[in-house]
Amino acid sequence: MWAEITVSAAKVAVIAGTVLTLVAVMEWVERRGAAFIQDRLGPNRVGPFGLFQPIVDAVKLLFKEDLTPANVSRGLYLLAPMISVSVALLTFIVIPFGAGKDVTVFGVPLGGVEVAPDLGVGVLFLLAIGSLGVYGIVLAGWSSNNKYSLLGGLRSSAQLISYELSMTLAVLGVLLATGSLRLDDVVARQGGQFWFGVVPQWNVVPQIVGCIVFVVAVFAETNRLPFDLAEAETELVAGYHVEYSSMKFAAFLMSEYMNMVTASALIVTLFFGGWTFPGMSRFSGWPLLALSLVAFGIKLAFFLWLFVWVRWSLPRFRYDQLMRLGWKGLLPLATLNLVWVGVAMAMGWIR
Amino acid sequence: MMGTAVFYLVAVVGVVSAIAAVSHKNPVVNVLSLVVTLFCIAVSYALLGAEFLAAAQILVYAGAILVLFLFVVMLLGAPEEPPAGERRPFQRAAGLALAGITAAGGVAVLAGIRAAGPAGAAQGTADALGRLLTGPYLFAFEFISVLLLAAMVGALMLVKRKH
Repeated sequence: MWAEITVSAAKVAVIAGTVLTLVAVMEWVERRGAAFIQDRLGPNRVGPFGLFQPIVDAVKLLFKEDLTPANVSRGLYLLAPMISVSVALLTFIVIPFGAGKDVTVFGVPLGGVEVAPDLGVGVLFLLAIGSLGVYGIVLAGWSSNNKYSLLGGLRSSAQLISYELSMTLAVLGVLLATGSLRLDDVVARQGGQFWFGVVPQWNVVPQIVGCIVFVVAVFAETNRLPFDLAEAETELVAGYHVEYSSMKFAAFLMSEYMNMVTASALIVTLFFGGWTFPGMSRFSGWPLLALSLVAFGIKLAFFLWLFVWVRWSLPRFRYDQLMRLGWKGLLPLATLNLVWVGVAMAMGWIR
Repeated sequence: MMGTAVFYLVAVVGVVSAIAAVSHKNPVVNVLSLVVTLFCIAVSYALLGAEFLAAAQILVYAGAILVLFLFVVMLLGAPEEPPAGERRPFQRAAGLALAGITAAGGVAVLAGIRAAGPAGAAQGTADALGRLLTGPYLFAFEFISVLLLAAMVGALMLVKRKH
């Protein structure tokens, strides 16, 4: 019993630690990437290639004055960043980061590199917890007692509700093809087999439309450009977090980056084969675990870079464009994808 | 043991936040308390082995419907409610009588229930529920979805401006 608890706790610590480290790394990648795209150098003074810049930034934010403006709704004002961070951290417990079925640690089966491998409703849990994230933003906007904050919060909630629908429909296509709600099964179905001997059977091939809808929708869900209307500096100053300073502000920043990592991990898991890689049937045990982590890491890195790449390449949508894209563009496409998957499965084109 | 502790925790938190949901002066706090209550109910579903129901509860109610509630409350400005002014003389007595009747009915219903154990491992899963909904209860399931559609169209008709 205690051995199992220890293994679970170790998994939580390792995964949470990795994710929080990724947040710091992504901050560096974002700044250097932005500089690269805009043909300048970016932060390069602190450490080699400016790699220690996130640490310096974190220290700076820690020591800034923690200001609570007058006339805010104090309890909710404190609660909002907490909700954002907790929700962002909770979603990781069902994502399978690597193979680990036949690995034992001190005689205890690892059961996959995820915190909750036995949760039968994995994807639903993720969507459910993810849908609570909007409260952090809405409450921050409302409790700050500031018109820019409120507008940011309102925009954000409208946006999240609109795009959640298309995102869920796109996920449904994958679940239909898998026949299970567990992300483990989603990954297992995509691995080891090939079309025409070369194309891996990733969900992205038959469901390219669903994949595109999903990627666009998670960009909107993470409030990243071109969908960052909730913070739109030029019109709303900084939107919902304009009244926050110090670590409370950093909490929103951290949750944004954690949501980015979750979103990328989900894209990889649902559409790009998760931790599977060609030739994996030749390995087992620890080598398979190590290689699967590397495979997942490479795929994850690509989509994390995609987030940065898009942010510094595309301008922001106008509000009406955003709503038109969500309701008249993505929603019909996601529905079409679902119908296509159903027909293809009924006809036996995809198993 | 662990399950019992969690049950008592969510039971107490759920009831307290339910009371806050109807009694607090601030509409935003009302909505949020309702979110907490629904979350506690979802946890008790999970404790009973109905994990699909738990996830659906959070996804549909806490994650979607109450966000819309909050949206509307914020759009309308959410003034703090002033303490109720003039009362009708019989209001309090009528309220007490109704509460008594409701409580008696609740006790009667509760007394008639056999203590139900947790659902079997296979009963609360998405698979089992899906089979029930598309098998024996297909008609009721489709009927309810048509009913919801009709309600939605009706609401649209009611708020439509005449040109």
